Amino acid sequence: MNNNAPTRLIVRPSLFVIAALFLASCQPSKPSVKIGINAELTGEMPAVGASCKQAAELFTEQVNKAGGITVGSTKLPIELSVVDNSCKADQSAAAAQRLISQNGVLVMVGPDASSCAIPAGEIAESLGCMMISPWSTNPKTTQDTQTGKTKKNVFRACFTDRFESPVLAAFATKNLHAKTAAVLYDVSSEAPTSQSALFKEAFEKAGGKVVAMETYSTGDRDFAAQLTKIRETAPDIIYLPAPYNDTPLIAAQARQLGIKAPFLGSDAWSSPDIIKLDAGKNLEGSYFCNHYSTEAATPKAKQFIADYTARYGNAPDDVAALTYDAMTLAANSISSAGKTDRSSVRDAMAATRTFDGVTGHFVYPEGARDPQKSAVIMQIKDGGFHWVSTVEP
Amino acid sequence: MKYLIQQAINALQLGSIYALIALGYSMVYGVLTMINFAHGDVFMLGAFFCLLLIAIVPVPFWLALIVVMGATAMLGTLIERFAYRPLRNAPRVSAIITALGCGLVIQNTTLGLSPYARPMPHLLENVTYQFSGITITLLQIIIIGVSVGLMLVLDFLIRKTSFGMAMRAVASDRATVSLLGVPANEVIAITFAIGAALGGAAGLLYGMAYPVVSAAMGISVGWKAFVAAVIGGIGNMRGAVLGAFILGAVEVMTVAVLPSTYRDLIAYSLLLLILIFKPHGLLGKPTLQKA
Repeated sequence: MNNNAPTRLIVRPSLFVIAALFLASCQPSKPSVKIGINAELTGEMPAVGASCKQAAELFTEQVNKAGGITVGSTKLPIELSVVDNSCKADQSAAAAQRLISQNGVLVMVGPDASSCAIPAGEIAESLGCMMISPWSTNPKTTQDTQTGKTKKNVFRACFTDRFESPVLAAFATKNLHAKTAAVLYDVSSEAPTSQSALFKEAFEKAGGKVVAMETYSTGDRDFAAQLTKIRETAPDIIYLPAPYNDTPLIAAQARQLGIKAPFLGSDAWSSPDIIKLDAGKNLEGSYFCNHYSTEAATPKAKQFIADYTARYGNAPDDVAALTYDAMTLAANSISSAGKTDRSSVRDAMAATRTFDGVTGHFVYPEGARDPQKSAVIMQIKDGGFHWVSTVEP
Repeated sequence: MKYLIQQAINALQLGSIYALIALGYSMVYGVLTMINFAHGDVFMLGAFFCLLLIAIVPVPFWLALIVVMGATAMLGTLIERFAYRPLRNAPRVSAIITALGCGLVIQNTTLGLSPYARPMPHLLENVTYQFSGITITLLQIIIIGVSVGLMLVLDFLIRKTSFGMAMRAVASDRATVSLLGVPANEVIAITFAIGAALGGAAGLLYGMAYPVVSAAMGISVGWKAFVAAVIGGIGNMRGAVLGAFILGAVEVMTVAVLPSTYRDLIAYSLLLLILIFKPHGLLGKPTLQKA
């Protein structure tokens, strides 16, 4: 019986403590609306995750300061849960699982990168929780992988590659008068692969010719072999749908080889870090497609830019602006649903037809999860991003 | 033709960097028959030490190279003394796991201190030479020159000096050599220092050639250099250099003539073929496995 002494002395009292804690946690805490953030805080794109988290926190602070979201006859404050997805597919699915099942969030905002948003969207869809991806442009994010039909619970706050790539192709042929183009992309990453294929299709439809489609793998640093091959084809422009941290490396090596053609980039360029990393100013004069510009801002956007800059000391990039819009869309849906259950909130979001956000005017066609909205063409000039033109859908 | 010469220059640059790293793997394997998996992360730290140095005092390239090599040499010795020496007589698997662990500690410490990728400052003027359509930069000449220079110095050290003789002796039979009065522990420590210094130099050159520095940069390059060392015959220094230039050439030339999507598939299939016909690597000699 001596062996049982520890059981009596340690295990039994601790069982009481656990039971007491459990009961305490079951007591009605202050009612709130739980919103989960599934963000790329570490890994390949830490700047993207940081912007997403900061914008969500700013929105939460502002709403809570005004008393919270109006739900029926009461006002409920927002309770934010932020989880890191390490910019990896498996971890973003795990983060979604955790936010929805364990933290019990009403809406999940994020992930931002398409390679994370697609698997997280599968989880959100199967658990019946509404998800809004601020920044994922890959068409697959809001589509069911099995049937190809639109997902019920997954929305996004940005345009898709089906809009972005033709916008860039049209800009290249009309404004830059390009007749030939070369493409260099990461074949092991979701977004660049689909963007490159869509760009090629649109560029050739507009009468141009893609003279080189070259690839590399995530983590590569040496692009000299591919760029030397591209140099042989002497393209008028080079399309680089690479993230902000790979692009400066590619540009530096291209210029070293004496390639003078201008670069064209996707919205993955939009972090200001791209300019910090481009020490040799090799991207000077390059163009990319973006979701919004601080230079062509509406009064609503100006207010957001001022608030964000005052709070964090730097201007918001497109991820921050889109996250703010996604948060607003989520809050509006909760408010118009008038109750806090997942399916009513999802139905309220699905019934939203138009919305005026920081990043412009959104139109969600009947049954669609992807908004139709404008894109902007930006140029990298004098160490900053400058607005060139706005393209309406 | 011009196109192929240009690609050959690209291959030489890539091969030089692989060779400097591969030497570190091969030297350590030579004396201890142990694979130092932390070597790729020492390489990464070479680039970070350079960043740190430039942030404190803007020194010229040559001085930076010497300081970085000194710092990584010290780090190599420390890793050997505190992580590997206590396990010298432990099962080989334990030593390999320790090495992997050391690599992860270095990588995650760096990640903790600097989670964002950083630009590498310019240490050299951007000079480009044109020879009838072939482009070569000053940086490429320096990378190839410094690498080949360091390799020649190492070759001389191993073949012509008494330290080199001691190192070769330790490699062939540590127990007997210790009985004959050769300070085996010192020889092993110096071997680690030299290997780490070469890795650090490679890190600096790599950071200059591909000027975005991040904590994860050592992973894929480290693996490739390890593959190069095995192809050449791990434990053999000239083999490591040969393996590295072959790997660089195969990678670049595959892209040069075939769609770039097939690069890794073809490069590594070819290397597997080499190993099927030469299981000890190109210059490696079959040896009896020591217990």
